[in-house]
Amino acid sequence: MIDEILQEFLMESRESLDQLDRELVALEGDPRNNARLASIFRAVHTIKGTAGFFQFAKLESVAHVGENLLSRLRDGVIVLETTRTSVLLAMVDAIRVLLSQIEISEAEGEGEYGALIEALTHTLTDETLSQAAALLSGDKPAPAVPPALPQPFVKLPSTPPASVAPPAPAAGMRSASPKPHTSLNAAPKAALVAAPTAAHAADKRAAEPAHEPEAASTERTNVDPRIRVDVRLLDRLMNLVGELVLARNQLLQHASGSADTALVSTCQGLNLITTELQEGVMKTRMQPIENVWNRFPRVVRDLSQLCGKQVRLEMEGGTTELDKTIIEAIGDPLTHLVRNSIDHGIEAPEKRAAAGKAAVGTLRLRAFHEGGRVNIEISDDGHGIDAERVKARALERGLITSERARALSESEVYALLFLAGFSTAEKVSNISGRGVGLDVVKSNIERLGGSVDIDSEPGRGTTFRIRIPLTLAIIPALVIGSAGERFAIPQVNLVELVRIDIEQARTLIERIHGVPVYRLRGNLLALVELANVLELRQGDQPRDLNMIVLQADDRQFGLLVDDIFDTEEIVVKPLGRELKSLHTYAGATIMGDGRVALILDVAGLAERAGVGNAERRIARDSAAQRERRDVPVSVEQLLLFRSGSSMRMAIPLSAVARLEEFARSRVELVGGEEVVQYRGEILPLVHLSELFGQPRGENDMLQVLVHASGERNVGFVVESIEDVIQQEIVSSRRGGRPGTLGSAVIQGKVTEILDAAAVRGLLGG
Amino acid sequence: MVSTQLCTFSVDDLLFGVEVTQVQEVLRYQPMTRIPLAPDRIRGLINLRGQIVTAIDLRSCLGFPARTDGELPMNVVIRGVDSSVSLLVDSIGDVIEVSEDSFESPPSTMKPAQRNLIQGICKLPGKLLLVLAPERVLGMTQSDARARAGELVA
Repeated sequence: MIDEILQEFLMESRESLDQLDRELVALEGDPRNNARLASIFRAVHTIKGTAGFFQFAKLESVAHVGENLLSRLRDGVIVLETTRTSVLLAMVDAIRVLLSQIEISEAEGEGEYGALIEALTHTLTDETLSQAAALLSGDKPAPAVPPALPQPFVKLPSTPPASVAPPAPAAGMRSASPKPHTSLNAAPKAALVAAPTAAHAADKRAAEPAHEPEAASTERTNVDPRIRVDVRLLDRLMNLVGELVLARNQLLQHASGSADTALVSTCQGLNLITTELQEGVMKTRMQPIENVWNRFPRVVRDLSQLCGKQVRLEMEGGTTELDKTIIEAIGDPLTHLVRNSIDHGIEAPEKRAAAGKAAVGTLRLRAFHEGGRVNIEISDDGHGIDAERVKARALERGLITSERARALSESEVYALLFLAGFSTAEKVSNISGRGVGLDVVKSNIERLGGSVDIDSEPGRGTTFRIRIPLTLAIIPALVIGSAGERFAIPQVNLVELVRIDIEQARTLIERIHGVPVYRLRGNLLALVELANVLELRQGDQPRDLNMIVLQADDRQFGLLVDDIFDTEEIVVKPLGRELKSLHTYAGATIMGDGRVALILDVAGLAERAGVGNAERRIARDSAAQRERRDVPVSVEQLLLFRSGSSMRMAIPLSAVARLEEFARSRVELVGGEEVVQYRGEILPLVHLSELFGQPRGENDMLQVLVHASGERNVGFVVESIEDVIQQEIVSSRRGGRPGTLGSAVIQGKVTEILDAAAVRGLLGG
Repeated sequence: MVSTQLCTFSVDDLLFGVEVTQVQEVLRYQPMTRIPLAPDRIRGLINLRGQIVTAIDLRSCLGFPARTDGELPMNVVIRGVDSSVSLLVDSIGDVIEVSEDSFESPPSTMKPAQRNLIQGICKLPGKLLLVLAPERVLGMTQSDARARAGELVA
């Protein structure tokens, strides 16, 4: 029982502490905000009271002095300024250390907090404030105090248990039941230094009661519409939904061959419900990115003070949601980038003034959804990246040769920053610049299936742009076959698919010391045969080749496989511990037929195949070439559509005369051919899904692309129209099955390009 | 006298047993997906009602010759720490109750690799029953996989 109460206390206190960090920093910029001050006071008071109840003497005494200081601030006897804020933040840190000690050992540990208590006591009056500042500067605002300092450790009498606040279930509720306080002087909402623009709902409620007491009182009677759920339960639900998705896939596969219409329609109902359920459960695991951002006001404040810079933090899109596992993993890389921006990006106030900029620099965090992924931007208005300095540094470190340095494009120069062992900081500070840097950030983000790039304008600022997927549990993947086995390749690693037929293979695949390479638009691409890497088969046999161009970290290579099946949403399942040491697999999944398929880990595969540094260079070169448009590419408008339930296709918009919708009842049969009457003529209909060996859709309304060619029009029946996009299509792409021009990766998904003329050819029209 | 229930099965010409409390279920042959590059002992992955289970061949662990093509192994699914594994055996026997007092340690003349997997030997009338220590079988395949990965790196 005690354990449960203690657990509750620890969990709650940790939430309060995070809130305290934010609120204290916000309060520093707006010291007269009494509502905020009162909420801070309450949080500290609750911690103190509960600590007394559990007889944690150290915790109680630290919180007690803090409370004294806060109550004097609240009564207006003294005013909050930098030293006091720092001392209070140090107190928050000390409480955090104590709490984690308690969590580990149920005891407060050996740490001594005498100096902190002394510093807190000194800040109680303006006369002794300077002493506190001296204490603070002599010893960093760290909780564990070196024993050399004087330690007038005051043992305070225990607070009677009667003052213990009942454990409030959630932070939001606690702040919604404020004690009455009299000083209602509405504080001017000045521009808060380092204050979140998108404040958390709980903060808002904590900040608002001073202005709207009525609203607060009605809110108090409302029940919190949220409940706290064990994450393990959510994980189990997620697993079960994953299994349901698999069972659904299996059932659909069965039902597609069935003539039983009742079964087919029931399956379709199940299909819809499953999809909705999957989305719903995924949503429960979604958390707003501000859960990570909340720590930044504090980070920015501490860091800018340390660097002697003035930084205003702006945050936008904090409510953008991401899967919990991603939220947890993205924190460190983001913190690193924020520190990096303050340390390297934003200049000192004098320098800024000299450059004609405002003394206070701006650091901006922005998050938003785009195309099924989340973008996070971290931008500063600092001095930008000096490309020449980066080049000089890379030369100095032997990362590039001088000939290459001259040939590098701007974005390639920025990419150098992500190389291991690179730092442009003139002096190594203790914030960043120790060589463990952006390369780690990049690899952490890539581990999540994301990407990061840099945009910089000299003198104006730098922007880091991160793109990450929403979730890791269910991912789109390409299913391929090699030596009779099936494998799934995560779509994020896919660049493009190329089909090489036997005759071409002899000329296009060349060998350098026995190592096969392929000329892809003028660049050499190392080729790896999957069956050989996985020791499924030795040597190669002459046949048509399917090449998948893959990107892992910053290397690109071509993977040769026997068959390319389909793209599917797969549920990622971890492999047992006995297989963890095999780096070629990222996990396993269950396919529609109930069999297990391994998910390839592209980075691990590249490593095993020995694809190395040379390919990194190629990857960069080809990226740069694409940028410089050395290769003939054409930009064309494409109409994206689905044919059948899973096939994603595109057709050049120029081949489509118009989009029409016909009721199924309007379809007539003429000589075994389906037609509709359309604008006074007879329009033959072609079901594309059927043409490509998939079941025909069951919709009552037929979506039809009218393709005009010469005298006669043809209607292509598709499942749904998705989008119209502008896409670079490499004109030399060949291969693909009959009726298509090949496939390309469009909006991150493999999409087949329909060849309207060829389809007409297939029909004999 | 402490007695314990054992789930018995045979591999080659020997009779083995595992404590029933460690056994999740017993299944007939299941189709497997082979794992390229994995050690020989690991035969593949099985879909056990949506759970992915690694199949470990006891024949290979115990140093017996491989099954001929026609012979299909049976699965004894063992509860693992965070996931289950399946032991591939030749045939499944009864669940029997034995007294732990009758256990003896395996002869020291056995090869250490195989001896290590046997927890004890139980003298049944007319037959010896080897009591398997499943966690050691798992430990073996893990160290095995690591060794192989090490080899590849080197």
